[in-house]
Amino acid sequence: MTIGIAMNEQPKDEGVVLTEAQKRARRSRSIAIALSLAALVILFYVMTLVKGPMVLVRPL
Amino acid sequence: MSLVSEGADFRGPMTAGPGLVEPMLAEPSLASVGDYVALMKPRVMSLVVFTALVGLAVAPGSLHPMIGFTALLCIAVGAGAAGALNMWYDADIDAIMTRTARRPVPMGRVQPGEALAFGLTLAGFAIVVLGLLVNVLAAALLAFTIFFYVVIYTIWLKRSTPQNIVIGGAAGAFPPMIGWAAATGSLSLEPVLLFMIIFFWTPPHFWALALTRTEDYARAGIPMLPVVSGDGATRRQILWHTLILVPLGIAPWALGFAGLFYGLTAAVTGAIMLALAWQVFRERRPVERASKHLFAFSILYLFLLFAVLLIERGWGGLIARLAA
Repeated sequence: MTIGIAMNEQPKDEGVVLTEAQKRARRSRSIAIALSLAALVILFYVMTLVKGPMVLVRPL
Repeated sequence: MSLVSEGADFRGPMTAGPGLVEPMLAEPSLASVGDYVALMKPRVMSLVVFTALVGLAVAPGSLHPMIGFTALLCIAVGAGAAGALNMWYDADIDAIMTRTARRPVPMGRVQPGEALAFGLTLAGFAIVVLGLLVNVLAAALLAFTIFFYVVIYTIWLKRSTPQNIVIGGAAGAFPPMIGWAAATGSLSLEPVLLFMIIFFWTPPHFWALALTRTEDYARAGIPMLPVVSGDGATRRQILWHTLILVPLGIAPWALGFAGLFYGLTAAVTGAIMLALAWQVFRERRPVERASKHLFAFSILYLFLLFAVLLIERGWGGLIARLAA
């Protein structure tokens, strides 16, 4: 028991703790990636509508 | 929260350009979206998109506007990818040169490995999407252009020969060909002519800039022509290349690809280019006014040629395509 208590009392390793500026930068990057992916999905959807059955035909 | 789960990594020598080879444990990134936009060289990208638009618009046949938009988007992203990969590799010399020292990688806002990953990801997406949604020839040309700019120009020629921007200039000349290929699925003499105009425009444009920044290039160890062969040889080469450029600029009208308005524009602006190149040839240091004038006018010259071509040939075609 004594050993267990001693282990519990050791400070927790919190690893990398982001600063507020780093959190803000990461959030803005995440939003940009999400918007880019959404734009890519919309692009493929619209282009499939535009090309119709020809969507799989890719001439040289 | 651990290093692994947060995506931090060890960035070793393989992920950095020649001047950034210290292995280090990366700090969590402070890079903003704006830094990543800067990596894509937006000003270069705008010129690439404009010349590609002209290639796309003057091409014969019909093209759905959405396919044209997709092609331009992919070309823009591909150009951005090439810019990011250039900044990854050139971070060491960018840090030395005044003009480039504030770029995101030398400033430490973006790690070299992040710039490399960003560039490779964008390049992959641009090429694959162009191939899937437009056509394979355009995608292959875009892939070759990125390869040429990054590997042939940035990694090989830029640090090894004073002819770096002559040969490397081909990378900047490909976009109208990609635009044409996106519209038609083929190539012909007209896009090759547009390629030649940009190809021969590039050396006078960049050498005029290099004449005013010789010390900067010398300090970074880049063998630009003024550094290696001196001012006199550079001024001669500017004149020779302008003498080839001006007839090439008029050629679309002479060969019947463009109308009289284009021919007149090309002749008048070409005469001004020649006059400025002659002034540069006659000018001696420390006066550099003629070089600055030539550099500034060369941008207007290329813009006017392509804008008039777009108005004459492309605008009517675009309207017809939209109406169809």
